[in-house]
Amino acid sequence: MSALLLLVPFVAVVLLYLLPKRARAAGLWIAFGILALEAAAAVLDRFATIDVGLLAPLEKLLGFHLTTDGLSGLLILCTGLVGMAALLVARRTLESVNERFLFANLVLVAVVGINGIAMVRDLFSLYIFVEVTAVATFILIAAGRGDHVFEGAWKYIFLSVVASVLMLTSLGFFLLSTDGITLDAARTGLAANAPLAWIAMALFLCGLFVKGAMVPFHGWLADAYTAAPAPVSVFMAGIVTKASGIFALLRIAQSTLGGATPGREILLVVGAVTIVVGAFLALTQTNFKRMLAYSSISQMGYIVLALGGDLHLGILAAGLHFFNHAISKSQLFANAAAIERQLGTLDMDEMGGLGARMPVTAGTTAVASLSIAGLPPLAGFWSKLLIVLALWNAKEYAFAAVAILASLVTLAYFLSLQRKVFFGKPVDKWSGAREASAGLLVPAVALALITIALGVGFPFALRILLGGGA
Amino acid sequence: MIWFTLLLVVLVLAALWASMTTTLLRATLGLALASALLSVVMFSMGATLAAVLELSVCAGLISVVLVSVASLTRPRSIQEEIASRRSRLRRIWPLPLVLIAAGVALSFVHAPVDIVLHLPKGDGDVRTLLWSMRQLDLFGQILILLAGALGVLVLFRKEAKDGD
Repeated sequence: MSALLLLVPFVAVVLLYLLPKRARAAGLWIAFGILALEAAAAVLDRFATIDVGLLAPLEKLLGFHLTTDGLSGLLILCTGLVGMAALLVARRTLESVNERFLFANLVLVAVVGINGIAMVRDLFSLYIFVEVTAVATFILIAAGRGDHVFEGAWKYIFLSVVASVLMLTSLGFFLLSTDGITLDAARTGLAANAPLAWIAMALFLCGLFVKGAMVPFHGWLADAYTAAPAPVSVFMAGIVTKASGIFALLRIAQSTLGGATPGREILLVVGAVTIVVGAFLALTQTNFKRMLAYSSISQMGYIVLALGGDLHLGILAAGLHFFNHAISKSQLFANAAAIERQLGTLDMDEMGGLGARMPVTAGTTAVASLSIAGLPPLAGFWSKLLIVLALWNAKEYAFAAVAILASLVTLAYFLSLQRKVFFGKPVDKWSGAREASAGLLVPAVALALITIALGVGFPFALRILLGGGA
Repeated sequence: MIWFTLLLVVLVLAALWASMTTTLLRATLGLALASALLSVVMFSMGATLAAVLELSVCAGLISVVLVSVASLTRPRSIQEEIASRRSRLRRIWPLPLVLIAAGVALSFVHAPVDIVLHLPKGDGDVRTLLWSMRQLDLFGQILILLAGALGVLVLFRKEAKDGD
């Protein structure tokens, strides 16, 4: 099945161009179908109902060295769900058939990159697929309109190049100090305490910190998320940044660092600083999407912080928070698109009382916000609880305290968002605002239901999502 | 050894010129020269195939693409040129100083050179490496090209639309 996850979207991109121009409207639905199959495959694989033996000759012919486990299943599932949500938002927010067609194509290319990141066990291959995702995402951002779009896209590609230089230098050092560039070879080099191998790992981690927008490399993210067209924000915030930066960190922490002290300490410090800086920056924002962007930085800090805790519990917690945040944040960006479509602005200081006019959007925003803030019984509560437990088990009490206290700041900025946008006296200026169309409500409601269901049915869902991940 | 050192010095100067010049065409020529000299260095160190790839892809193909793009841009007026040169010099004047300082510092470092590069398993031939051992990476590179082609479609079409 692994090779199909790369080949099907790739072949689809090529074949979509064979469609006659008048049939291009179907391109978005074909991409939607492929992503639905991908999400289904990730879940069915957890139940071991897919017979991979049938595809063995194809995989042998191609010579792809791919491996799937619980973690890769998690990323593939998130990619499918977030990708479907982004396509539905694109259907309502992109003006022309051609724009939607090109968006669907680029999403499929990025999906191949993300699927590759999920399944490779080699640092150079990881770098290649991170680049595939970055190039596709740069084009998605730049496809918007206005000078701010150019600034956002430029910052994204410029810092991506910096990250690439760090990663390529790191690979050179790995080749000089270890017996190859597979994750296993890197682990062996680090276990032997080869200084050059540790320098290489530090450089690779720095590259991933840039891609994952960890503080102090976070400068690009707020501009890129804010500048990007609505469906691109949904896709980027939901999965792209997480896959190319955070998932790669997760994989390295699981397969290579293995709880080694220097690596763990780097992750703890970077994670904690990112949580606090991101949360306080979110607190000061007045633009809806910009606040969500800084909130994303802070929440990705939680995932990295968890990796510095108890090895097994930390990876479990990081994986679960990864999933929760992917679902909730893409839902919040879908809601931002709905609000922008009604008001034409995302300045929260101009809003107020929208809850009465957009009750479903207000409700789903509340579900996602409260889940990210870690309130029970929503899904975010369980992942944050596991993160704190992972830190507690590793005797990192100070970092556990940071995780708990920063959750209060998260709650503060999300309550501020709810108050400014949905509560209070309705602003006359927006008397014509109405609830978002069904096309925008469907992804928001579906993702909110996943958040609620995962929270309520946590033990069962956890077994499905991360069966082999920890 | 003298020739080799001279080659490296000229290579660095060409790269520096590419970074500091204010015209796209000169920058492209600087890059092509640096790349061609790097190919000579690779060739003299026995990495024949790497030298051929560097020469054909970077000094050749990339330079042609860059020159084509430069020819499509609007030439700047003399005033714009002078303003751009001043602004650029203000921003990157420390670059040559940093390079010289780094060169001097490295000349004092006598690190033990006992590094052995572990060659990948196989017959050591680069073609075997590319086609029989790193197929996944080749697939990834094809995807990057595909994404680039889609980028041209998206961005140039947008440019044409904005132009209208």
